Amino acid sequence: MHNPLRSEADAFRWVVIIGLAAASVIVLTLLTRPAIGVVWMALLIGFGIGFGYRAARGSLHENVEVTRGGDGRFRLLVVANETVQGAELLGEIRERCRDRRAEVMVVTPALAASRADHWASDIDEAIELARQRMELSLIEIRGLGLKARGEIGDSDPNMAIEDALRVFAADEILISTHPPERSRWLEHGVVDKARERIELPITHVVVDLSAVGTPS
Amino acid sequence: MESATVALEHGGHGHEEHHGPPEAHQSSRIDRQTLGILLFIVSEVMLFGAFFASYFFLRVVVNPSSWPPQPYELPVAVAGVNTAILVSSSFTIHYALEAIRRGNKAGLKLGLVLTWMLGLTFLFIQLNEYVHLGFSARDLGFGSIFYSLTGLHGAHVFVGLCLLTFASIRAFRGHFGPEEKDHLGVEVPGIYWHFVDVMWIVVFLTVYIL
Repeated sequence: MHNPLRSEADAFRWVVIIGLAAASVIVLTLLTRPAIGVVWMALLIGFGIGFGYRAARGSLHENVEVTRGGDGRFRLLVVANETVQGAELLGEIRERCRDRRAEVMVVTPALAASRADHWASDIDEAIELARQRMELSLIEIRGLGLKARGEIGDSDPNMAIEDALRVFAADEILISTHPPERSRWLEHGVVDKARERIELPITHVVVDLSAVGTPS
Repeated sequence: MESATVALEHGGHGHEEHHGPPEAHQSSRIDRQTLGILLFIVSEVMLFGAFFASYFFLRVVVNPSSWPPQPYELPVAVAGVNTAILVSSSFTIHYALEAIRRGNKAGLKLGLVLTWMLGLTFLFIQLNEYVHLGFSARDLGFGSIFYSLTGLHGAHVFVGLCLLTFASIRAFRGHFGPEEKDHLGVEVPGIYWHFVDVMWIVVFLTVYIL
C-alpha cells in the first residue's frame, strides 16, 4: 500500500475531484432539497474513501512494461535482500548464466521495519544494510565470471522490480526468499504479484539460511 | 529510475560520493519536506474536524427550527464567487509548478503571483462579507460557529499567503529549478494551498449550501 498523496500534482488531482464532487452536490441541492444534497454528499464521501483506498493499493501498474535488450546478451534480474548471499541463489544464477554471454543485475530492496517506517521513508539504516549485503553478493557473482551490477531498490519488492525493469532489459527474473514459514515477501504475495504483472519468466528461489549456516 | 545511487559495474568499484544517509532508488519514497507538510495537514484536518463537530452539533443536535436561524441570512452568491476564486488559485499554483518542472521560470513567477493575488482577493472578499453580514460572533451559537469556521479557514489562507510570498520572493531571485529537489520550496506551499482550497470547498458546502 502506498501513500496516494505524495506530491503537489497528487494534491491538485484531489482538488479537482473534490471540486467536481462538490459542484454536483451544490447543483443537486439547489435544484432539489438540502436533504437530497446531504445524501448525495454522503454517497460521494463513501465513493471517495473507496477511490482513495484503491489508489493507495493500486500505485503499481497492473502490467509492467518490459524493455528488451536485443543484443544477444542474456540479462538476469535478481531480487533478494537477506537471502542475497544464499548458496541456492548463487547456484541458480550460475545455472541460468552457464555458457551464455550474461549480465546480472542484483536489486536489493531496503526493507522497512514496519509500515510506519515505510510510510515515513525512515529506512536509512535498512538501505545501508541492503547495500552491504548487495556488495558482498556482487563480489560472489563476479567470482563466477559474470558481469554484475547492483542497486538498492524500493522497500516494496514489486515496486523495486518494476523500477529495475525500466533500466535493465531483463530476460528472466529470479526472486529469492526465505522458506514459506519465515518469508514476509511470500506472506505478502510478492512472487505471485510479480508473475501476474510481468510477462517474463520468473523463478522463485528459496534460501534457507538457517539450514546452511550462511550469514544473514 | 529516478535517483539510482549504487551502480556497481563489473570490475568497477564503490559508490558515488554523497553526504548524509545513503540515498537509494525508491519510487515510493517520499522526501522529508513533503512528508512534513502531509503530517501537518493531517493535524490540521483534525483541527477542522473539531470545528465541524461543533457546527454539526449545533445544527443537528440543538436543531433550531431554521438554519441559519431567523433573521440571519448568508450571502451564498458572494461566497460562491469567492469559492470560484479560491479554486482558480489551485489551478494557478499547479500551473506554476508545471512551469518550473519544464524549466519555465517566467511561468513559475506568473503562476505564483496570480495565486497570491487570487488568495488576497478571497481574503478581502471574506473580510468585506464579515463587515456586511449583519451579525457578529456574539449572536447565538450560529454566529459563533460561523465566524469560528470561516475565520479559522481565513487564518489558513493568510498563512498560505505568507508561504506564497516567501516562495514568490525566492522565485524572483531565481532559487528554483526544474529538478524535483530544486523546487520543493514551491511544491510544499503548493500542497498546503490545495489543502486550504479543499477545506474551503467543505466549509462552503456545509455552511452555505446544505
